[in-house]
Amino acid sequence: MPEPQEVHPYSVDEEWERTVAHVANLARLKLSQEELTHYAGQLADILDHAQAMAGLDLTGVEPTTHPYPLRNVMREDVVGALSDRDEVLAAAPATEAGMFRVPPVIGLTT
Amino acid sequence: MTATAVETAALVRAGERSAVDALEQSLAVIAAREPELHAFNLVLADEARAAAAAIDTRVAAGEDPGVLAGVPIALKDNMCTRGIPTTCSSRILDGWRPPYDATVVRLLADAGAVMVGKTNLDEFAMGSSTENSAFGPTRNPHDPARVPGGSSGGSAAAVASGMVPVSLGSDTGGSIRQPAALCGVVGVKPTYGLVSRYGLVAFASSLDQIGPFAATVADAALVLEAISGHDPADSTSIPEAAPDLLSRLDDGVSGLRVAVISELMAEGIAPDVAARVRAAADALAAAGATVEEVSIPAIAHGIGAYYILAPAEASSNLSRYDGVRFGLRVDAPTTPEMYDLTRTAGFGDEVKRRIMLGTFALSAGYYDAYYGTAQRVRTLIRGEFDAAYERFDLLLSPTSPTTAFPIGEKTDDPMTMYLNDVCTIPTNLAGHPAISVPYGVGDDGMPIGVQVLAPSLGEVTMFRAAAVLEATLLEATS
Repeated sequence: MPEPQEVHPYSVDEEWERTVAHVANLARLKLSQEELTHYAGQLADILDHAQAMAGLDLTGVEPTTHPYPLRNVMREDVVGALSDRDEVLAAAPATEAGMFRVPPVIGLTT
Repeated sequence: MTATAVETAALVRAGERSAVDALEQSLAVIAAREPELHAFNLVLADEARAAAAAIDTRVAAGEDPGVLAGVPIALKDNMCTRGIPTTCSSRILDGWRPPYDATVVRLLADAGAVMVGKTNLDEFAMGSSTENSAFGPTRNPHDPARVPGGSSGGSAAAVASGMVPVSLGSDTGGSIRQPAALCGVVGVKPTYGLVSRYGLVAFASSLDQIGPFAATVADAALVLEAISGHDPADSTSIPEAAPDLLSRLDDGVSGLRVAVISELMAEGIAPDVAARVRAAADALAAAGATVEEVSIPAIAHGIGAYYILAPAEASSNLSRYDGVRFGLRVDAPTTPEMYDLTRTAGFGDEVKRRIMLGTFALSAGYYDAYYGTAQRVRTLIRGEFDAAYERFDLLLSPTSPTTAFPIGEKTDDPMTMYLNDVCTIPTNLAGHPAISVPYGVGDDGMPIGVQVLAPSLGEVTMFRAAAVLEATLLEATS
């Protein structure tokens, strides 16, 4: 994956398509070649629009992560009502012995 | 004409109208208009009839069921309702029934409101037209060939068509105000943290906020009072109590300092829309406010910053949809393959686009250039708004750059669709409140909304101006 030194407009070439394919993989989405081309073009358009921000002088400007400076919001350490376990498990695609059941995750060769 | 929520609640509390009667009127309009408009994902007629009957029983027993007694209300289908399907208009939540109620659902029930159903939205609230629903688009009640706006298009259309007097939506970049404008109803995005987000399915957590749709400013105030206030279950809930809006609604705007945002009256804003904003400014001036213009240059970067920040937060929030604990699972021999197949089958086109955009903006090598820059631009925008609010009590702008556009017109070009949000996004980035008030129609006869913006916790003043605009429009048209 390329490590750009600075923000630059994205042209829809093979390198950009490889980047988008990598991103899709990170996001656990499978794309056909046709979809990859489709999204690569659209994402380049949207990122081009965001390029205008690169021209701003942001020296000394702190990032905003959140509209309000609320920090370390804690509740009293008391036992409260939680969701009912059976009700939560009833919403799962597969369960066994009070747990979520998934296909194999350990011992895979691929 | 559908009775207002204020009227219905007063009559039901006084025992002069039954909640069942109010509900049946609502259900009759739904039966008549829903096949054409598709405002709802789910109509809960049986549950609503039982709830309305229980309200009437309480009134007969001398009890007061609350400030929204017997008022039929619709909820955007991204708010959790215990035991009742909550889809976010996505296939990935197929079959899911939440094990808990959102705080707003509980507060509405405590106030005596009757929930009639769950309304359609752009999948996971990502969109500006309600065309990105897995269950098909909602149509604009004023012209079914056009979009209702989005993402809370179902809630807007439900109020605009008289199916319900009030509804709830959620607003991340304009998803309450823009559909309110396009459907000709009132829509409110409250101060961030004023309304609990507990049980609102997360899209972009630092921007999302629940708010009301209503046919009148007073009804919007009534509902917002009922759903506001601190909630220990939401760590981003602010400590303030619910604002007292209704008692101040008729205080007028005499002496208030108002400014029109010049950047939102320029290129890209349709002339008929800009004309209605100028008319609104004139009306406020005639009512005793001083009206000037103000420049907020950083909002030119609002869309650029938003379409990095919101997708980044969404890519993280939507990682929970993996087929393990709820909703859709596409079976596969291994768990990693199950993740891939489930997410690929379950998410629609726009959601995939935003997840990839956000994943890219947060990925190694690009994080500072995109996510970090956008967060700093957010600080700039907030700072310029704060400076403006040192000189002015309220700001004024269009809500949407145009009236409602035809269904299908912008679905092939995401960037064109995103430009619809230019007037509404800055408010979310700043965390401030804003309200869209219907203020006449455009050259095409479709509704136009005027946006009144206020600083944090400026809801009381904001509603006073909205009430003046509503009154002047009624005078002008009667």
